[in-house]
Amino acid sequence: MGLERAEIHEIVKTKFPDAVLEDAAEAVDPYIVVRPEVVEDLAFFVRDEPRLRFDLLSAITGVDYPDKKVIEVIYCLDSTVHKHWLIVKVPLPRDNPRVASVEKVWKTADWHERETFDLLGVTFEGHHNLVRILCAEDWEGHPLRRDYVMPESYRGIKNVVY
Amino acid sequence: MPDIKTEEMLLNMGPQHPSTHGVFRVVVRTDGEMVLETESHIGYLHRCFEKVAENNNYLQVVPYTDRMDYLCAMANNLGYAQTVEKLMQLQVPERAEHIRVIVTELNRIASHLMAFGTYGMDIGAMTPFLYAFRDREMILKIFEKLCGQRLNYSYVRIGGVTFDITDEIVADIARFCEYFEPSIIKEYNDLLSYNGIFISRTANVGVLPVELAISYGVTGPSLRGSGLKRDLRKDEPSSIYDRFEFDVPVGTGEMGTIGDCWDRYMVRIREMTESVKIIRQALDALPPGEFCDKKAFRGVKPPKGEVYHKVEGARGEVGFYLVSDGTNKPYRVKARGPSFSNISVLDALTSRGDCMVADMVAIIGSLDIVMGEVDR
Repeated sequence: MGLERAEIHEIVKTKFPDAVLEDAAEAVDPYIVVRPEVVEDLAFFVRDEPRLRFDLLSAITGVDYPDKKVIEVIYCLDSTVHKHWLIVKVPLPRDNPRVASVEKVWKTADWHERETFDLLGVTFEGHHNLVRILCAEDWEGHPLRRDYVMPESYRGIKNVVY
Repeated sequence: MPDIKTEEMLLNMGPQHPSTHGVFRVVVRTDGEMVLETESHIGYLHRCFEKVAENNNYLQVVPYTDRMDYLCAMANNLGYAQTVEKLMQLQVPERAEHIRVIVTELNRIASHLMAFGTYGMDIGAMTPFLYAFRDREMILKIFEKLCGQRLNYSYVRIGGVTFDITDEIVADIARFCEYFEPSIIKEYNDLLSYNGIFISRTANVGVLPVELAISYGVTGPSLRGSGLKRDLRKDEPSSIYDRFEFDVPVGTGEMGTIGDCWDRYMVRIREMTESVKIIRQALDALPPGEFCDKKAFRGVKPPKGEVYHKVEGARGEVGFYLVSDGTNKPYRVKARGPSFSNISVLDALTSRGDCMVADMVAIIGSLDIVMGEVDR
């Protein structure tokens, strides 16, 4: 097994002292919260740093918090070299959620970012093809937002609510 | 004939196509028999499971997880149940843990049999499919006896399993293992694995280098086919997998290059042997006692918090990201289906200029995707 989660958080905090907003090393599943500006640098760092080597991106996802006016984008990282993992959360303003794409770092990010864009409306800057992936191209709205209202019909197909 | 007119052609494969294993569409730019570039389109089965989950309580989400990877539903049930249990810090009875391992491994064999059968058919061999279904049927019969269902079991639930495993079913499983390994697996190898035509169709085709696989987040047998020993059952044993002895087969480039279609295919065949090994050990060690936490079965209310948890499904890393706000409904459930990442590598494999149209079918088949979890 690789490093403990708290040790990984320490390494990240030493490298980006101002960027880490919260270090929840004691949570059931530890995570760190970082500023959106450093996402790309942090991604390159955790992938290439010999002690970390997070070469596999398990998933990118997002959670909408309307009362906090925040959308959190979550990166679940995994290292096939050291067999340890890390969860990074990035809070974004809900009215204009924008964050740099990490597609250049992990190819997985291509589809996962498109999915997060599709379902939550987060814009990933620098993504080469940020279009809807699961919903239809002309679908309106982002279903996983908490205030999403189902459209009454789609191309003449009525939406039946049971 | 020097003045024959040749030009590139744009072909549409799918969404309804027998070789795409579901509703999956690929736009292919071809030059004669060669594939120049492909572009995958998914989403035809999208039903926004994650939104549905927000409107149901924790127990009601379980049946939706079945319908993600419907060929290995037990692993999805297990992944989801363990995620909630991890958040609740809930300990599952020993007997339930053993039953979970037994059914997940049986389901893995059933799923790999399906992969084996349909892969043969993709390549043009009809017979192995019938053999695979003959044996898969035995596993489905066992599951039917166990929980009344053949595909969407909802058997592994938060706090344990739905029904206890009876002595009769234990005997059935033991008999199946006896029948299946080694003689039936040898039969498969004679039928397909070492068949000359099959080897020439799959060896050196669709070579997936390990760096590319990791970069695209490919997991499971497809990653192990590229030679990397990564198995969550070994690396991060979440259930009681660390008590059992088994090997993790990886691709070695026996018939061609490491990471070709044959390697990915063979990893699955070899994994079936390992699964039988695990089942035998778990059956021997099956303790008496409770098979579920009765209190958790009546409904759960996990504390506030969030957790990511992953298990090794038949196709790779089945992960769930769960956010709880302290009520009886999950605030957010994100499901990471392994096929979603596995199929994203297809465009990279087929756009290198060395891929024929017929090879594309071989490559899609060797990645063994289930569209139910790609689109969710």
